[in-house]
Amino acid sequence: MSQVLHFCIVFGVWASLASTQASVLVNGAGSTFAEPIYSKWFTEYQKNEKGFKFNYQGTGSGAGIKQMIAGTVDFAGTDDPMSKEDIAKTGPVIHVPIAMGAVVVSYNLAGVEKPLQLTGEVVAKIFNGQIKKWSDPALVALNNGVKFPNSDIIVVTRSDSSGTTAVFSDYLAKVSPAWQGKNGKTVEWFKGSVGQRGNTGVAGYIRQTPGAIGYVELVYAKQTGLPFAAIQNKKGQMILASVESVSESAQGVTEEMVKNGFKLSLTNSPRDNAYPISAFTWMLVYETLPKGKGEGVLNFAKWAIKDEAQAMAAKINYASVPKPIRDEVAKALAKVKLK
Amino acid sequence: MMFLQGRFLPVAVQKKSEVRSSDLAFLMALRGLALILILGFTSIVFFLYFQSRPLIAQEGLSFFWGREWSPADNRFGALPFIYGTLVTSALALLLASPVAVGSALFLTVLAPHWLRRPTAFLIEMLAAIPSVVYGLWGIFMIVPLVRTFQVDLQNVVGDVPLFSGPPLGVGFLAAGLILAIMILPTIASVCREVFGAVPTVNFEAALTLGATRWEALRMAVLRASVPGILTAVTLGLGRALGETMAVTMLVGNRAVISPSLNSVGATMASIIANEYPEAASDLHLSALTAVGLALFVISLLVNLGARWIGTFYRRKMGF
Repeated sequence: MSQVLHFCIVFGVWASLASTQASVLVNGAGSTFAEPIYSKWFTEYQKNEKGFKFNYQGTGSGAGIKQMIAGTVDFAGTDDPMSKEDIAKTGPVIHVPIAMGAVVVSYNLAGVEKPLQLTGEVVAKIFNGQIKKWSDPALVALNNGVKFPNSDIIVVTRSDSSGTTAVFSDYLAKVSPAWQGKNGKTVEWFKGSVGQRGNTGVAGYIRQTPGAIGYVELVYAKQTGLPFAAIQNKKGQMILASVESVSESAQGVTEEMVKNGFKLSLTNSPRDNAYPISAFTWMLVYETLPKGKGEGVLNFAKWAIKDEAQAMAAKINYASVPKPIRDEVAKALAKVKLK
Repeated sequence: MMFLQGRFLPVAVQKKSEVRSSDLAFLMALRGLALILILGFTSIVFFLYFQSRPLIAQEGLSFFWGREWSPADNRFGALPFIYGTLVTSALALLLASPVAVGSALFLTVLAPHWLRRPTAFLIEMLAAIPSVVYGLWGIFMIVPLVRTFQVDLQNVVGDVPLFSGPPLGVGFLAAGLILAIMILPTIASVCREVFGAVPTVNFEAALTLGATRWEALRMAVLRASVPGILTAVTLGLGRALGETMAVTMLVGNRAVISPSLNSVGATMASIIANEYPEAASDLHLSALTAVGLALFVISLLVNLGARWIGTFYRRKMGF
């Protein structure tokens, strides 16, 4: 009996200690693309904000939105804006553009040192299966002095549903009539192409297969040192993806952003130096939040769009969102109610 | 205490007064555990059935022989995946069975004693390697090998129907190969048990009667082991049919039906692994579950079929 009593006392003391020390846990889930930047931000943010603990699961954008609907997370991350039907289920949600990414076209061509130069139309035809050989006149004409092999182009795409595919095919639909209506997170690729899972799968296949071409996220290509092509933008400039050229594609769109509730496709930007396959990644925040946890979500969102946080993101190859847009987002976040 | 009758307790204990409460508790516990198994099975069946109902309501049973899979247009046909699963599994069985049976035979009957234990241990270790590791190894070893083979073959003999199309490395051939390697230890270790169970006197008797080693093996060991070998192959097939991770990494993931082994394809397990995490609509989810249902049914049929063949052989040979 005394043992039981003893246990109860120890347990009680331990429990009360734990509860006084515990901070509020804020849960998020969604975009795998944004996962590294969230975890980087959480580490930095929690150094000063001891009251909250943050947790983010990279389950995929679609799964994140489903969890918002089910109410099992406090916020979600997505690379694809929410549909009207989904917003009807969650209630009003603010799309907070927290960073920008890009999709690059990577390839495996021995002996080609300088980045390839491609136009949107050529990219569309390669991923359609219309341009089949590396020695195709269209490729040769764009790349003076490059010695192309007379081998097959092996196209590799994502096999899993992915925001990366959504951005890439959104771009293809804008530059090529043949692609219209075929864009989305899953695309019916032509029969001779190869599908691999995730950025790692696609990149791994490109690395191993001479003559392969595929698309991966800029962050991933930068980290792993895969070569990627310069793409001709709407103004006719050949642009290599970089944090600067990606940010550039969101310049001058502030008004349009505000009108659309910060949801906007950035592909095929009309800016001079913009990389044409760029996109936002959003943090989804309920317009009305519960006190306690809600405070954590809101304060973190406000912090994430500050210069300091954006500079941190740029260091790991996430392009920063232009200041005028972030100012407007800050205004929208100021209106969020805590209940 | 009616329920305590039967084989469970010796007749002497079955008198009411002599049933011990510990025995009773033990029986109830075992019943509970057995019930969990049955509940698990039925709940899987019900889950698959109810989740796939919306899709089957829309597409009808033609879902199972529809050739087109297009989530964007809400059109779903499972045939390419059924085809892919069957082709890769059949290829795996074809490649793995002779090797597995042969090596098991060598290890139980012919190998020197000092070699048997370590080799058997190695084979069992192979069975314990997680499939994602096989997948990784496959990407870095099998895929380049397969591509070299495809390139060389086309250079030497040109386009043969079974190996036509560009040398992609990944595809049915690579997936079949990795599956073969994965099921090899399963088949081999079961076969080893089976051959081990055949009395050595039979083998020795055959030898003394003047049979050659091969004849003795064939008549005394192999013949008696046919049902056991079939069970081993079925176990291997079961693993091949449902294998997900390694196949997804090597099969190329396109809903294609092609007679060429060079072609990329997809299996029932790989399409679920690929599309489930971000399934866009409820119908898409339902379609993926229906593919799961098809996989379940096919695995069940294969198992039943193998059991039937096993009993058939046992009867025929008078066991």
